[in-house]
Amino acid sequence: MDLSASFVVDRAGLDGLLGALEARGYRTIGPVVRDGAVVQQQVSSTDDLPQGWHDEQAPGHYRLHHDSDPSLFGWAVGPGSPKSEFYPARSLVWRATSTGDVVTLEQPREDSAPVALIGSRPCELAGMRVLDRVFAGGEVPDPGYRDRRESAFVVVAECGTPAATCFCTSMDTGPGVADGAEAGYDLALTELTSAGEPRYLVRIGSERGAEIAEEMGGSPCQPQDLAARNAVLEEAARRIDRKLDAANVRRLLAGNLGHPRWDDVASRCLACGNCTLVCPTCFCGGVTDTTTVDGGVERHRQWNSCFDLAHSLVHTGPVRATTWSRYRQWLTHKLSTWHDQFGMSGCVGCGRCITWCPVGIDITAEVAAIAASDGAVPVYIESGGDRS
Amino acid sequence: MLLTEAEPLSNPLTPATYRVVDRRVETGDVVTLSLEPTSGPCPFAFKPGQFNMLTSFGVGEVAISISSAPGAPGPVEHTVRDVGAITHSLCAAAVGTVIGVRGPFGTDWGVDGLDDKDVVIVAGGIGLAPLRGAISYLVDKPGRSGRVYVLVGAREPDQITFPDDLKRWERDGAIVKVTVDVPDSRWWGAIGVVTTLLPTVDFDPARTVSLVCGPEIMMRFTVRGLVDLGVPLGAIRVSLERNMQCGIGWCGHCQLGPLLICRDGPVFDYSQALEELISERER
Amino acid sequence: MTENIGELVAEHPLFSGLPVDIAELVGGCSQNVAIATGQLLLEEGEPARSLFLLRRGHVALEVHEPGRVPLVIDRIGPGQAVGWSWMFPPYRWHFDARALEPVGAISVDADCLRSKAEADPAFGYLLMKRLAAVMLDRLQATRIRLLDVYGRDVAH
Repeated sequence: MDLSASFVVDRAGLDGLLGALEARGYRTIGPVVRDGAVVQQQVSSTDDLPQGWHDEQAPGHYRLHHDSDPSLFGWAVGPGSPKSEFYPARSLVWRATSTGDVVTLEQPREDSAPVALIGSRPCELAGMRVLDRVFAGGEVPDPGYRDRRESAFVVVAECGTPAATCFCTSMDTGPGVADGAEAGYDLALTELTSAGEPRYLVRIGSERGAEIAEEMGGSPCQPQDLAARNAVLEEAARRIDRKLDAANVRRLLAGNLGHPRWDDVASRCLACGNCTLVCPTCFCGGVTDTTTVDGGVERHRQWNSCFDLAHSLVHTGPVRATTWSRYRQWLTHKLSTWHDQFGMSGCVGCGRCITWCPVGIDITAEVAAIAASDGAVPVYIESGGDRS
Repeated sequence: MLLTEAEPLSNPLTPATYRVVDRRVETGDVVTLSLEPTSGPCPFAFKPGQFNMLTSFGVGEVAISISSAPGAPGPVEHTVRDVGAITHSLCAAAVGTVIGVRGPFGTDWGVDGLDDKDVVIVAGGIGLAPLRGAISYLVDKPGRSGRVYVLVGAREPDQITFPDDLKRWERDGAIVKVTVDVPDSRWWGAIGVVTTLLPTVDFDPARTVSLVCGPEIMMRFTVRGLVDLGVPLGAIRVSLERNMQCGIGWCGHCQLGPLLICRDGPVFDYSQALEELISERER
Repeated sequence: MTENIGELVAEHPLFSGLPVDIAELVGGCSQNVAIATGQLLLEEGEPARSLFLLRRGHVALEVHEPGRVPLVIDRIGPGQAVGWSWMFPPYRWHFDARALEPVGAISVDADCLRSKAEADPAFGYLLMKRLAAVMLDRLQATRIRLLDVYGRDVAH
């Protein structure tokens, strides 16, 4: 098959895909329902996937419902993201041992199987591109990250059922993905549920994808299949009514660092850091050195959050000592200074930060509030005088 | 998960091993360590203003300015102030201790292109350490037509770092002035903040480049003092500091608004934008 | 009730005892302002646009340094004035001034005041004398504070 070919399979074809991935030694990670949420876990057949599950999301709210719907992808996103696969929450960087006055350093070799992702969302694909720029596109690439990314097989599932917290349409990251190799997937699926049992329109995005596609079976794509895909995406886009003015937000936040809204959001924010944990692009992480019982030293790298007081610690204390400055840092970084640092936005419009914030802070509402009084400063109540 | 010695250590968070070959106590809480690689010649060239990440094995890693001049043969000097667990451990490191080194990182003072400039160097407290290599380089470089001015501020006379270097630089042609906030009875020098020294030196603002390092308050006021004397904003360079954990743009800790100190700094050309950035509270 | 702003200026110690027309002249540049606790009257680096004559509440003159709580330079209260940088170029504040409690003040517009002083040298001289007296007083006090007279003994 050539790269521009697309075809249609049924659920058995997806199982064929999963089998082909397993036969090639991939560790396949896909969505499952566990602990009341759609989470990422190793899967081996379509029986593991969330058939009939639907999510209901709102600021500070996440619920799953189940019905007899045969669809596998009738939900939007869960709290996890592909970030965990490529940038583990905690990893050993090196180990040092000393004999006499000689110190020897060793690095762990990664010998785990390459990862295949099934059912990543277009916003998550965009999140991976953002992290690619941070960890593989800078002056000092992270070789571990780069190897994990290059060896990963990515099957993206376009969105037919966005959540109320989604705003990918504003960030140009969904609900669908473009054709072609630049889009960054090996295979793209669109679940078509219009007639009885779901069928899956499959598009090929890479040589690797083409090679595996041959084992999926399937039938050629008909015009009505393409039309069905378009209808799914148009309906999904229509349903997304949460908006962010992406063209203006960079300048807006850079020019409103003293806006009274930051005080307002700080009075609600708990600085819990949930948003940074669920965000597919938050990458802050530190290193900690520890001693081991056998006299060795280990350096670990692990996720940090800019909501931690320790994040901005200089020797006299934290630079960002208040929740006010830490919330401002997080949001201005995500939507504004990320452009200065990496040449793109840090936000992919997945809405996770809105759903998983325990007090329901909605970044799109915060941005809109600042925009509504762009340039506001704390107001002095004034009376009298004409300054003549 | 296998550990191996055979493969080259590719992770950029892995240090090379160096040994302390000399240790000099500068003041009560400031120590200069001279480091040499445990094997082989020093693998890196550096420029004044850059920093290394030093690992005290078992304690942690911290960003420390390189305080020796480049091109000088021999060990690389790092001046450390004891302000926390890691720096305490480095300051206490005896000769022979193995220290991890990653670097050099960051932007430099740009001393190469200053042959025809008057260079006015203003250092507050430990801020003289990141400038030391630059000053030696400028003072020792033959064929420079511009003068070198070294203005140093310290809290008290016994907190003046590198007093021998100050004397040496003066002998070798630099104009050196020192001021303290709180004198003792033996002090005959200037009293007051370092900005008070600026009008006492006779430099040509039109052909001056100024290098400034110290606490941020001191740098903000020094810049104002320089500007008041006619030095263009863009001719002033400052060295900024934030929480530094990786030095390579991965960890996100050293952000200052749009800037990553490890990558875009620590040395910055001053500008209106930079001034607005460091004038903001808790940025 | 609209107070006569000129009368409020005349009541303030910085301008008290001056002829009525001087107070009116300054009043013409002035507005009555109220500032909430924690808000900044002066922000370092921002354009210096007003002289503030404090009538109610205290203000802390501060400098911020990353990693430290703001360092308080001085505490200014009712009957005193805050904000001098409007007098000389580049007309930008050198420090922050933060309301420690609800503050009531007369805000005198700097452009207005400077242009009136330029146009009327006699007024300008009276203004400068008053301002200089306060600044001298503050300088003396600051110098003595720097002596750290309560501090540890200096080695002999």
